[in-house]
Amino acid sequence: MAVQLELIKSIPYFSGLSTAELDSVKGLIFERQAERGEFILLEGEPADALYIVVSGIVKVFKTSAEGKEQILQLIRPGDSFNDVPIFDGGANPASAQAMGPVVLYSIKKSDIHSILRNHPQVALNVAQVLSQKLRNLVSLVEDLSFKHVTARLAKILLEYAGDGSAPRQRLTQQEMAAIAGTAREIIGRSLKELEGEGVIRLDHHRIVITDKEALRRMAGLVT
Amino acid sequence: MSQMSEIPIIVQDRCNGCGLCVNVCSCGSLVLFEDVISFIDSGRCGWCTLCEAVCPTGAICCPFEIVLEGR
Repeated sequence: MAVQLELIKSIPYFSGLSTAELDSVKGLIFERQAERGEFILLEGEPADALYIVVSGIVKVFKTSAEGKEQILQLIRPGDSFNDVPIFDGGANPASAQAMGPVVLYSIKKSDIHSILRNHPQVALNVAQVLSQKLRNLVSLVEDLSFKHVTARLAKILLEYAGDGSAPRQRLTQQEMAAIAGTAREIIGRSLKELEGEGVIRLDHHRIVITDKEALRRMAGLVT
Repeated sequence: MSQMSEIPIIVQDRCNGCGLCVNVCSCGSLVLFEDVISFIDSGRCGWCTLCEAVCPTGAICCPFEIVLEGR
Protein backbone atom coordinates (compact mmCIF):
# COMPACT_ATOMS: atom_id res chain seq x y z
CA MET A 1 0.00 0.00 0.00
CA ALA A 2 1.32 3.43 -0.91
CA VAL A 3 1.91 6.05 1.76
CA GLN A 4 -1.36 7.95 2.20
CA LEU A 5 -1.46 11.75 2.52
CA GLU A 6 -4.59 11.58 4.68
CA LEU A 7 -2.84 9.31 7.15
CA ILE A 8 0.22 11.55 7.30
CA LYS A 9 -2.05 14.51 8.07
CA SER A 10 -3.43 12.70 11.13
CA ILE A 11 0.06 12.06 12.61
CA PRO A 12 0.78 14.52 15.48
CA TYR A 13 4.31 15.12 14.16
CA PHE A 14 2.88 16.68 11.01
CA SER A 15 -0.09 18.53 12.48
CA GLY A 16 -0.57 22.02 11.02
CA LEU A 17 1.43 21.44 7.82
CA SER A 18 -0.02 22.61 4.51
CA THR A 19 -0.86 20.11 1.78
CA ALA A 20 2.26 21.20 -0.17
CA GLU A 21 4.43 20.66 2.91
CA LEU A 22 2.85 17.26 3.58
CA ASP A 23 3.51 16.33 -0.04
CA SER A 24 7.21 17.09 0.37
CA VAL A 25 7.34 15.04 3.58
CA LYS A 26 5.49 12.13 1.96
CA GLY A 27 8.47 11.29 -0.24
CA LEU A 28 10.60 10.63 2.87
CA ILE A 29 8.19 8.15 4.46
CA PHE A 30 8.46 4.40 3.90
CA GLU A 31 5.88 1.77 4.71
CA ARG A 32 6.82 -1.37 6.63
CA GLN A 33 4.70 -4.29 7.77
CA ALA A 34 5.27 -6.71 10.62
CA GLU A 35 3.53 -9.86 11.83
CA ARG A 36 2.47 -10.69 15.39
CA GLY A 37 5.56 -11.24 17.54
CA GLU A 38 7.99 -9.75 15.03
CA PHE A 39 10.69 -7.51 16.51
CA ILE A 40 10.85 -4.06 14.98
CA LEU A 41 13.62 -2.72 17.22
CA LEU A 42 16.11 -4.23 19.61
CA GLU A 43 17.27 -2.40 22.73
CA GLY A 44 20.88 -1.23 22.49
CA GLU A 45 21.11 -1.33 18.71
CA PRO A 46 21.86 1.83 16.72
CA ALA A 47 18.75 3.86 15.94
CA ASP A 48 18.22 4.43 12.27
CA ALA A 49 14.61 5.53 11.97
CA LEU A 50 11.54 6.95 13.63
CA TYR A 51 8.42 4.78 13.43
CA ILE A 52 4.76 5.70 13.37
CA VAL A 53 2.02 3.08 13.78
CA VAL A 54 -0.57 3.19 10.99
CA SER A 55 -2.57 0.13 12.09
CA GLY A 56 -2.21 -2.45 14.83
CA ILE A 57 -0.40 -2.12 18.16
CA VAL A 58 3.32 -2.17 18.96
CA LYS A 59 4.67 -2.75 22.45
CA VAL A 60 7.77 -0.88 23.56
CA PHE A 61 9.48 -2.66 26.41
CA LYS A 62 12.62 -3.27 28.45
CA THR A 63 13.85 -6.71 29.48
CA SER A 64 15.73 -7.39 32.71
CA ALA A 65 18.80 -9.66 32.92
CA GLU A 66 16.46 -12.35 34.32
CA GLY A 67 14.20 -12.04 31.29
CA LYS A 68 11.40 -10.13 33.01
CA GLU A 69 9.61 -7.77 30.67
CA GLN A 70 8.35 -4.29 31.53
CA ILE A 71 6.13 -2.68 28.91
CA LEU A 72 6.81 1.06 28.80
CA GLN A 73 4.08 1.90 26.34
CA LEU A 74 1.70 0.32 23.88
CA ILE A 75 1.83 2.35 20.69
CA ARG A 76 -1.50 2.80 18.93
CA PRO A 77 -2.28 4.07 15.42
CA GLY A 78 -1.05 7.63 14.91
CA ASP A 79 1.57 7.40 17.68
CA SER A 80 5.32 7.29 17.15
CA PHE A 81 8.10 5.33 18.81
CA ASN A 82 11.90 5.43 18.92
CA ASP A 83 11.71 9.24 19.05
CA VAL A 84 14.41 9.80 21.67
CA PRO A 85 17.45 8.20 19.94
CA ILE A 86 16.53 9.97 16.73
CA PHE A 87 17.15 13.27 18.50
CA ASP A 88 19.82 12.43 21.10
CA GLY A 89 21.89 10.19 18.83
CA GLY A 90 22.02 7.28 21.27
CA ALA A 91 21.09 3.64 20.79
CA ASN A 92 17.51 2.29 20.91
CA PRO A 93 16.53 2.69 24.60
CA ALA A 94 13.98 -0.14 24.42
CA SER A 95 12.83 -2.96 22.17
CA ALA A 96 9.68 -2.85 20.05
CA GLN A 97 7.56 -5.83 19.00
CA ALA A 98 4.33 -6.16 16.99
CA MET A 99 1.40 -7.39 19.12
CA GLY A 100 -0.51 -8.40 16.00
CA PRO A 101 -0.22 -7.60 12.30
CA VAL A 102 0.96 -3.98 12.06
CA VAL A 103 1.57 -1.40 9.38
CA LEU A 104 4.19 1.23 10.13
CA TYR A 105 5.52 4.35 8.52
CA SER A 106 9.23 4.92 9.02
CA ILE A 107 11.36 8.00 8.45
CA LYS A 108 15.14 7.82 8.39
CA LYS A 109 17.00 9.71 11.11
CA SER A 110 18.77 11.96 8.58
CA ASP A 111 15.46 12.76 6.87
CA ILE A 112 13.81 13.72 10.17
CA HIS A 113 16.58 16.24 10.73
CA SER A 114 16.05 17.78 7.29
CA ILE A 115 12.26 17.90 7.87
CA LEU A 116 12.89 19.82 11.13
CA ARG A 117 15.11 22.31 9.37
CA ASN A 118 12.64 22.89 6.55
CA HIS A 119 9.42 22.89 8.59
CA PRO A 120 9.73 24.67 11.99
CA GLN A 121 6.14 23.70 12.83
CA VAL A 122 7.32 20.08 13.04
CA ALA A 123 9.85 21.08 15.74
CA LEU A 124 7.00 22.48 17.85
CA ASN A 125 5.00 19.31 17.25
CA VAL A 126 7.97 17.17 18.31
CA ALA A 127 8.23 19.12 21.58
CA GLN A 128 4.54 18.44 22.20
CA VAL A 129 4.84 14.72 21.38
CA LEU A 130 7.91 14.28 23.61
CA SER A 131 6.20 16.17 26.46
CA GLN A 132 3.22 13.82 26.27
CA LYS A 133 5.55 10.82 26.29
CA LEU A 134 7.29 12.23 29.38
CA ARG A 135 3.92 12.63 31.10
CA ASN A 136 3.10 8.98 30.28
CA LEU A 137 6.41 7.80 31.72
CA VAL A 138 5.93 9.86 34.90
CA SER A 139 2.48 8.30 35.25
CA LEU A 140 4.06 4.83 34.84
CA VAL A 141 6.67 5.60 37.53
CA GLU A 142 3.85 6.79 39.82
CA ASP A 143 1.85 3.59 39.23
CA LEU A 144 4.86 1.30 39.77
CA SER A 145 5.99 3.20 42.86
CA PHE A 146 2.77 3.86 44.70
CA LYS A 147 0.01 1.54 43.48
CA HIS A 148 -0.78 -1.99 44.53
CA VAL A 149 -0.84 -4.52 41.68
CA THR A 150 -4.64 -4.83 41.83
CA ALA A 151 -4.96 -1.06 41.40
CA ARG A 152 -2.56 -1.16 38.44
CA LEU A 153 -4.55 -4.00 36.90
CA ALA A 154 -7.82 -2.12 37.44
CA LYS A 155 -6.34 0.83 35.54
CA ILE A 156 -5.21 -1.44 32.68
CA LEU A 157 -8.66 -3.05 32.41
CA LEU A 158 -10.34 0.37 32.22
CA GLU A 159 -7.86 1.56 29.63
CA TYR A 160 -8.36 -1.46 27.37
CA ALA A 161 -12.11 -1.90 27.81
CA GLY A 162 -14.24 -1.70 24.71
CA ASP A 163 -17.98 -1.62 24.24
CA GLY A 164 -17.94 -4.81 22.16
CA SER A 165 -18.98 -3.01 18.97
CA ALA A 166 -15.53 -2.99 17.38
CA PRO A 167 -12.46 -5.21 17.73
CA ARG A 168 -10.12 -3.99 20.47
CA GLN A 169 -6.61 -4.97 21.37
CA ARG A 170 -6.79 -8.14 23.44
CA LEU A 171 -4.36 -8.79 26.26
CA THR A 172 -2.91 -12.01 27.59
CA GLN A 173 -2.19 -12.31 31.31
CA GLN A 174 1.52 -12.13 30.43
CA GLU A 175 0.99 -8.83 28.64
CA MET A 176 -1.06 -7.45 31.56
CA ALA A 177 1.80 -8.49 33.87
CA ALA A 178 4.38 -6.77 31.68
CA ILE A 179 2.35 -3.55 31.69
CA ALA A 180 1.71 -3.71 35.45
CA GLY A 181 5.34 -4.57 36.24
CA THR A 182 4.57 -7.85 37.95
CA ALA A 183 4.48 -11.60 37.33
CA ARG A 184 1.81 -13.46 35.35
CA GLU A 185 0.83 -15.48 38.43
CA ILE A 186 0.10 -12.29 40.37
CA ILE A 187 -2.17 -11.08 37.56
CA GLY A 188 -4.08 -14.38 37.70
CA ARG A 189 -4.61 -13.92 41.43
CA SER A 190 -5.55 -10.25 41.04
CA LEU A 191 -8.15 -11.09 38.39
CA LYS A 192 -9.71 -13.61 40.78
CA GLU A 193 -9.59 -10.99 43.53
CA LEU A 194 -11.40 -8.46 41.34
CA GLU A 195 -13.95 -11.11 40.41
CA GLY A 196 -14.41 -11.88 44.11
CA GLU A 197 -15.07 -8.20 44.76
CA GLY A 198 -17.78 -8.31 42.09
CA VAL A 199 -16.29 -5.65 39.84
CA ILE A 200 -15.42 -7.96 36.95
CA ARG A 201 -16.62 -11.33 35.67
CA LEU A 202 -14.34 -13.81 33.92
CA ASP A 203 -16.46 -15.11 31.10
CA HIS A 204 -14.41 -17.55 28.98
CA HIS A 205 -12.13 -15.32 26.85
CA ARG A 206 -13.80 -12.14 28.09
CA ILE A 207 -13.15 -10.02 31.14
CA VAL A 208 -16.47 -8.29 31.66
CA ILE A 209 -16.37 -5.11 33.75
CA THR A 210 -19.56 -5.33 35.82
CA ASP A 211 -18.98 -2.30 38.07
CA LYS A 212 -17.02 0.39 36.29
CA GLU A 213 -17.25 2.94 39.11
CA ALA A 214 -15.95 0.48 41.69
CA LEU A 215 -13.10 -0.42 39.33
CA ARG A 216 -12.28 3.28 38.91
CA ARG A 217 -12.14 3.66 42.68
CA MET A 218 -9.85 0.63 42.96
CA ALA A 219 -7.62 2.10 40.25
CA GLY A 220 -7.33 5.30 42.27
CA LEU A 221 -8.95 7.33 39.50
CA VAL A 222 -11.63 8.77 41.80
CA THR A 223 -11.35 9.79 45.41
CA MET B 1 -18.49 -16.60 16.05
CA SER B 2 -19.92 -18.03 19.26
CA GLN B 3 -18.06 -17.37 22.47
CA MET B 4 -17.25 -21.02 23.13
CA SER B 5 -15.74 -21.51 19.69
CA GLU B 6 -12.98 -19.05 20.62
CA ILE B 7 -9.73 -20.93 21.06
CA PRO B 8 -6.23 -19.92 22.15
CA ILE B 9 -3.83 -18.86 19.40
CA ILE B 10 -1.13 -21.37 18.50
CA VAL B 11 2.00 -20.08 16.79
CA GLN B 12 3.29 -23.31 15.25
CA ASP B 13 6.68 -21.79 14.34
CA ARG B 14 7.48 -21.35 18.02
CA CYS B 15 6.20 -24.74 19.21
CA ASN B 16 8.94 -27.18 20.17
CA GLY B 17 6.53 -30.09 20.55
CA CYS B 18 7.25 -30.60 24.26
CA GLY B 19 3.59 -31.44 24.98
CA LEU B 20 3.40 -29.62 28.32
CA CYS B 21 0.23 -27.85 27.20
CA VAL B 22 -1.47 -31.17 26.46
CA ASN B 23 -0.40 -32.39 29.86
CA VAL B 24 -2.04 -29.53 31.76
CA CYS B 25 -5.14 -29.05 29.56
CA SER B 26 -7.97 -29.84 31.97
CA CYS B 27 -10.64 -29.96 29.26
CA GLY B 28 -8.82 -32.33 26.93
CA SER B 29 -9.11 -30.08 23.92
CA LEU B 30 -5.42 -30.07 22.96
CA VAL B 31 -3.58 -32.88 21.19
CA LEU B 32 -0.01 -33.36 20.09
CA PHE B 33 0.33 -35.37 16.90
CA GLU B 34 3.69 -35.74 15.14
CA ASP B 35 5.06 -32.80 17.14
CA VAL B 36 2.23 -30.52 16.03
CA ILE B 37 -0.20 -29.08 18.58
CA SER B 38 -3.83 -28.64 17.61
CA PHE B 39 -7.30 -28.31 19.10
CA ILE B 40 -9.58 -31.29 18.62
CA ASP B 41 -12.74 -29.67 19.96
CA SER B 42 -12.85 -25.89 20.32
CA GLY B 43 -16.13 -26.09 22.25
CA ARG B 44 -14.40 -27.85 25.13
CA CYS B 45 -11.86 -25.11 25.87
CA GLY B 46 -12.64 -23.43 29.17
CA TRP B 47 -10.01 -20.66 28.74
CA CYS B 48 -8.20 -21.70 31.92
CA THR B 49 -4.98 -20.36 30.24
CA LEU B 50 -2.85 -23.12 31.78
CA CYS B 51 -1.51 -24.04 28.32
CA GLU B 52 -0.25 -20.48 27.91
CA ALA B 53 1.22 -20.48 31.42
CA VAL B 54 3.29 -23.64 30.94
CA CYS B 55 4.43 -23.12 27.35
CA PRO B 56 8.21 -22.57 27.51
CA THR B 57 8.42 -20.95 24.08
CA GLY B 58 5.39 -18.63 24.09
CA ALA B 59 3.74 -20.63 21.32
CA ILE B 60 0.25 -20.45 22.86
CA CYS B 61 -1.57 -17.22 23.66
CA CYS B 62 -4.89 -16.83 25.46
CA PRO B 63 -5.72 -13.18 24.93
CA PHE B 64 -8.67 -11.68 26.81
CA GLU B 65 -11.15 -9.28 25.32
CA ILE B 66 -12.02 -6.63 27.92
CA VAL B 67 -15.59 -5.34 27.71
CA LEU B 68 -17.94 -3.16 29.68
CA GLU B 69 -21.13 -4.93 30.72
CA GLY B 70 -24.39 -3.81 29.22
CA ARG B 71 -22.89 -1.77 26.41
